[in-house]
Amino acid sequence: MTFDPDESGVGLQADLPEDADQWSARLRRTAVSALPPARLLPDRQPAYVASWIYVFGALTLAALAIVVLTGMVLAIEGPTWWHLSRDGLFVNSMHLWSVELFFFFMVIHLWGKFFMAAWRGRRRATWVTGVLAFVVSIAAAFTGYLSQQNFDSQWIATQAKDGINATGAGAYFNVLNFGQMLMWHILLLPLVVGFLVIVHVLLVRRRGVVPPFAPDPEDLVVPVGDLSVDRTVAP
Amino acid sequence: MTVHQEVVGRLAQAVISLNGPGRYVHWGFIQISVANLVVIALIVVVFVAAVLVPFPRRSGGAR
Repeated sequence: MTFDPDESGVGLQADLPEDADQWSARLRRTAVSALPPARLLPDRQPAYVASWIYVFGALTLAALAIVVLTGMVLAIEGPTWWHLSRDGLFVNSMHLWSVELFFFFMVIHLWGKFFMAAWRGRRRATWVTGVLAFVVSIAAAFTGYLSQQNFDSQWIATQAKDGINATGAGAYFNVLNFGQMLMWHILLLPLVVGFLVIVHVLLVRRRGVVPPFAPDPEDLVVPVGDLSVDRTVAP
Repeated sequence: MTVHQEVVGRLAQAVISLNGPGRYVHWGFIQISVANLVVIALIVVVFVAAVLVPFPRRSGGAR
């Protein structure tokens, strides 16, 4: 493939026969095949999505975005700012309350998906990544409580150390080591949560939103006129 | 602090006072703070509402 800097759209040429075996071409074909643009960002959703219970996944994502943005501001400004200044206290509270809403919405999302058995239709990986994101989010929130730099975080750390030590993980995950907990909270766990959430959303786009259960034929009996007549409608 | 802020602050404290030790509910071996219990109850209420409350539809009909 020749490189011509004067050509419009240079570098965007793709799918030339001689490049078909390159890893970039193979990865691109796989990605586009799995998630064509119309599926990645659809304009319409199935009619059954028109229910409030389907809203809570997006609400969880919105809360997570606020968590990340406020966390970035806290990381830039530091503990003196978030403890003592009026703006710092406000952003610190935004960080806390967006986490509260994040878990609030995520639990409703979890219950809704559990009761509609959202792992149906080759959606097991979607369910599993959601479960993992939930579990890792709990660890991220826990290390956040340990990173507050106040008496509350000291109390939580001294209470939690016995529980963590009882699991045998205390040597590697030392809740009394503030620097370690801060790194888990602002680097490692956000990376894991972010990765899991991105994979989760991409899987939702790939497999589609799970449909509701088919109605039970018994529920379709229409009690009109002679009730002894079975008016069951074929589904 | 302005008079307005003072009044709003006192009103908020009158509704929910977070001063003092937290209150807990004991039921056998189960112990949970009232604050956590309230949050769980709110989650249940919102979940039931999300299932039962009709979703607004476009006037053009179902898509």
